[in-house]
Amino acid sequence: MADWLDAASITDMLRTSLRLMIPIAYAAMGGVLCERSGVYNIGLEGMILAGAFGGALGTFLTGSPLGGVLVGILLGMLGAIVLGVLSVRFAVNQIVCGIAINLVIVGLTAFLARLIFGLDATTQTLPGFSAVEIPLLADIPVIGPVFFNHDPLIYLLYVISPSLFWLLYRSEFGLQIRATGENPAAADTAGVSVFAVRLMCVTLSGALAGIGGAYIVVSQVFVFTEHMSAGKGFIALAAIILGRWDPIGSVMASWFFGFCEALQLRLQFANPEVPYQVFTALPYVASILALIGVYGRFKPPAAVGIPYRRESKA
Amino acid sequence: MSYLVIDGISKSFGAFQALSEVDLHVGRGEIHAILGENGAGKTTLMNILYGLYQPDKGRMLLNGEPLHLSSPADAIKRGIGMIHQHFMLVNSLNVTENIVLGLGQGLKSIDFTRHEARIRAMGSEFGLEVDPSAPVWTLPMGLRQRVEILKVLYRNAEILILDEPTSVLAPGEIDAFLEGLTKLQKAGHTILFITHKLEEVMKVANRVTVMRQGRVSDELDASGTSPRELARKMVGRDVAMRISRRSRRIGDRRLQLEEVVALDDRGVAAVDKLTLDVCAGEIHGLCGVDGNGQRELGEVIAGLRPLVSGAISIEGARVDGLSVKERKHLGLGFVPEDRQGTALVLDYSIATNMVLRDFNRPPASRRGILDLRRIAHDATRLMQRYDVRARSPQQLVRFLSGGNQQKVVLAREIDGQPNILVIMQACKGLDVGAIEFVQNTLVDLKMAGIAILYISTELEHVLEVADRVSVIFRGHIAGTLPIAEADNARLGELMTGAGADAAA
Amino acid sequence: MERLVQIAYAGRTIWAVLAALACGSILFLIAGADPIKAYIALFGEAFFDFFGFGATLVKFSPILLAGLAVALPLKAGLFNVGAEGQIYVGALFCTIAALFLPFLHPIIHLPLCILAGALGGALWALIAGWLKAYRGINEVIVTLLLNYVGINLVSYAAGGPLMEEGAPYPYSAEVPEGLHLPYILPPTDAHAGALAGVVLALVLALLMRYTSFGFAILTVGNNAQAARYAGINVEHQILYAMGLGGALAGLAGAFEILGLKYRLFHMFSAGYGFDGIVVAFIASANLALVPIAALFLAGLRAGAQLMQRAVGVDSTIVDAIQGLVVMFVAASLAVRFADSRWGKAMAQRRANEALVASKELKHG
Repeated sequence: MADWLDAASITDMLRTSLRLMIPIAYAAMGGVLCERSGVYNIGLEGMILAGAFGGALGTFLTGSPLGGVLVGILLGMLGAIVLGVLSVRFAVNQIVCGIAINLVIVGLTAFLARLIFGLDATTQTLPGFSAVEIPLLADIPVIGPVFFNHDPLIYLLYVISPSLFWLLYRSEFGLQIRATGENPAAADTAGVSVFAVRLMCVTLSGALAGIGGAYIVVSQVFVFTEHMSAGKGFIALAAIILGRWDPIGSVMASWFFGFCEALQLRLQFANPEVPYQVFTALPYVASILALIGVYGRFKPPAAVGIPYRRESKA
Repeated sequence: MSYLVIDGISKSFGAFQALSEVDLHVGRGEIHAILGENGAGKTTLMNILYGLYQPDKGRMLLNGEPLHLSSPADAIKRGIGMIHQHFMLVNSLNVTENIVLGLGQGLKSIDFTRHEARIRAMGSEFGLEVDPSAPVWTLPMGLRQRVEILKVLYRNAEILILDEPTSVLAPGEIDAFLEGLTKLQKAGHTILFITHKLEEVMKVANRVTVMRQGRVSDELDASGTSPRELARKMVGRDVAMRISRRSRRIGDRRLQLEEVVALDDRGVAAVDKLTLDVCAGEIHGLCGVDGNGQRELGEVIAGLRPLVSGAISIEGARVDGLSVKERKHLGLGFVPEDRQGTALVLDYSIATNMVLRDFNRPPASRRGILDLRRIAHDATRLMQRYDVRARSPQQLVRFLSGGNQQKVVLAREIDGQPNILVIMQACKGLDVGAIEFVQNTLVDLKMAGIAILYISTELEHVLEVADRVSVIFRGHIAGTLPIAEADNARLGELMTGAGADAAA
Repeated sequence: MERLVQIAYAGRTIWAVLAALACGSILFLIAGADPIKAYIALFGEAFFDFFGFGATLVKFSPILLAGLAVALPLKAGLFNVGAEGQIYVGALFCTIAALFLPFLHPIIHLPLCILAGALGGALWALIAGWLKAYRGINEVIVTLLLNYVGINLVSYAAGGPLMEEGAPYPYSAEVPEGLHLPYILPPTDAHAGALAGVVLALVLALLMRYTSFGFAILTVGNNAQAARYAGINVEHQILYAMGLGGALAGLAGAFEILGLKYRLFHMFSAGYGFDGIVVAFIASANLALVPIAALFLAGLRAGAQLMQRAVGVDSTIVDAIQGLVVMFVAASLAVRFADSRWGKAMAQRRANEALVASKELKHG
């Protein structure tokens, strides 16, 4: 049997999956909020990329990865605000806006990266986060190394994901989000500001995707490269569906995709005779298969994709 | 000085002037009926009073203070609540969640136990009992209305606006509902009550405002008027609906349904072992409270919704394996309930909509090529014959009135020379003139030997033309009565399921 | 007067493009270059220089076809954002047909290669189409994800089974000379694919307007529920629209192989599939306008190199400008004539006229 099936390897695989899922998981949680409020966020891919660029820029300017994360959040939010204003306030088709956001960010970050970091940017690495062991918890076998020996952004995820769950199902604002995504007219007549709720959710989703993007730079590769989001935002869209539009479910689904990616790396390394493209395509194929697998079982929020306009007569 | 004053409100949607210079005065604690035909602007006016629409001109005063409403949230703050005709409930949420939605802002936890207890107490106080933890989609329309009213009361509204509240009720339930209104009045609420039914106005209203074509035609005391006078003010002329009721020998059975089962969009059996037939030369009316499977029934007959079990036959031959198109070619005409969403493509011209169901065969197209000139020419002919008022056959259907849209649909379905016509909500949203036209057209078709299934929630219109009336309740036929025996009391029992055992 | 105002609104796309170019000039200024000089270099090279225009036409062919591949499904209300992947798979099928079919006369072989390209693109798009029609799975996500799979597939083929022996990096053997598309502007590289694209755009525009086939697709795009009521098989129209769209992208791939590259390279498409989305937006999915939008974008791309040499700004600025164009075009969709102050005033005037006319009718 293959030598990667022993306990140490499995621990290592799970740990790697967790690390690889982070950008997808943050983006997917943002997407969950966004879609629960009734807005498709095809622009997650771009917002991850903006976050990554911000992560590099902030770290470059401040010399600290924390600065990178903050700038990443800001840029992710900026992209999201553009999406929000156009698709929520001006009722432009949400998919059109999302695609537009992606293309703008791809173009702008490529250009600005050349301008700011110069052509040899890929050779200079930036400072980043390193793993912080959590005392006691990190000593538990298997669970310790898998979950409690990571950098701060992973611990932040442990906090954010249940907080979002509470927000969505227990809080006043969460009730407003769910109502807005199912029936905006009903929410409006109940005194909820549909625009404000949606704009807020879109903006938050941009911030979360921005953290996910910044993570790639400050915790994984320590450098910005063009289009380094590489479809993670699209996989996040699949994770939202697979996670049933739930903040915790979507993180679980993201872990599955992270696992596919970890498996891909492992298999590629272990089987040099098999063409590597088979493995690089794996996460994308897995996403499509997952969508097919959950077909018909989960229903999206009823009003997702439909701009709300009050006076829609004539 | 009146409690609530609406002063010179005007509102237009694009080229359509919905309200012009409307005035309204409501005294504190009165039940004030807003009476008018469909399209008179009643709902638009109330939506302005609830902050949903912004007026182009005019002002409103509450207790002598100016009332500026930029959203329903403002209206709620000023103690105004509205119960819409199409309920504004989030179906996937439960009753409590719907009621407390929007009450608090921000990142606080919601104390559902406390709210549920309060909702229960309030329900029994006003005779509006409902299970606070039930998801809204499981509730019948009557209970959803209770939720809507509770939602408004829960916000401590002083002014209650009710838009056609009795349209979802069976005849027997209406009296109890109207009594409920007086109870609310006694509890100190001011009630604005939109309706087009005169007898309801006479029963409960203190004052009446009559609207016609976006204007107030009169405001008067309910006690000092008569239904006849109100009707004249509402329509602008003496209304004797000129519907010529004729009957002929009933022919063979044309359409037959046996134990038909069909699911709604949630996968619940909405049509449940329904058996029914329609004969040549008769209008078979099918009435019932909204949401008892009418929509699904129409769709399953037309072939738009899969048949789960049972049989549908046209002239004795099974058709349930056939497509929409094949059923149409067998002579099945269908006027769906959802005029704007299903029957028409709003952004197509009148001419194109006229050939929507026959675009791929002559004369509209030959060998796959559309004959645009012929299509326009035929449309002009049909527009004249069916009195569709528009500038040209190239005008987009979106910009036609409800009545003219309905005429386009009718023209298309009748011009296809059906043997059987299934027509849903034929008169919904039409003014008196258009209703007269539609009803008379249906009688003419019947006299020509066509079998008509007339599915509607508007009982009064069904009774005007039907030869037999069946009642649909929870997806099956609760009973069938010849027109002579179909009175409100019997039908009302069947519609609420009370008489189901007796008639079955 | 009314017409004039309406035209100003209809031309909002042009305003959007101009606004994007204006924003782009800010980027030039940030990069320390003179924007006017840069644009003159860019568009001068692309449209007013013989070789430059040839280069524009070379890019015009795939961008136009990819634009059609996005715009046509949009008519049925479908977002085909997978043209890039379809281009790759089309090119792969075309290369296989060119290299592995037994010897045939080029007159038969060439059309077969082109058809194989179309077929490859169509099949790739039909995966998403089928999932949308019969499983209700969002076509946006599926087509986006299939892009990555398609690119990897070609990467594998060009570096594996199809790789020419002894090649320094992944590419296939050269297709036989008889299968090369004719040049249209020698000695530049512009090939017949550009002309074929324009002809296809016009044919498709006519097809959508004058045939019952096009009518069925349009009706599904306008109101799927009404289309079902009209007796149209909605699922089939989704398949037709996606299949046709994919076929057009596949053609783009085939023409790239047969007209320009003559070999299947890995990563050979410079994001033409994404340019197609931009083109379809600019043309607001109007098939007859797609060639014009494609020409503009092809010029932008082709001129980028010379602009880089002329003013020393990295050519990736064109990606940024292109993104801005999409952004502004999307934003311009927010401007609706009927909602504007002008639109309301005009509507009011028309209503008054109609009122007067109907009164005259009654009295007269």
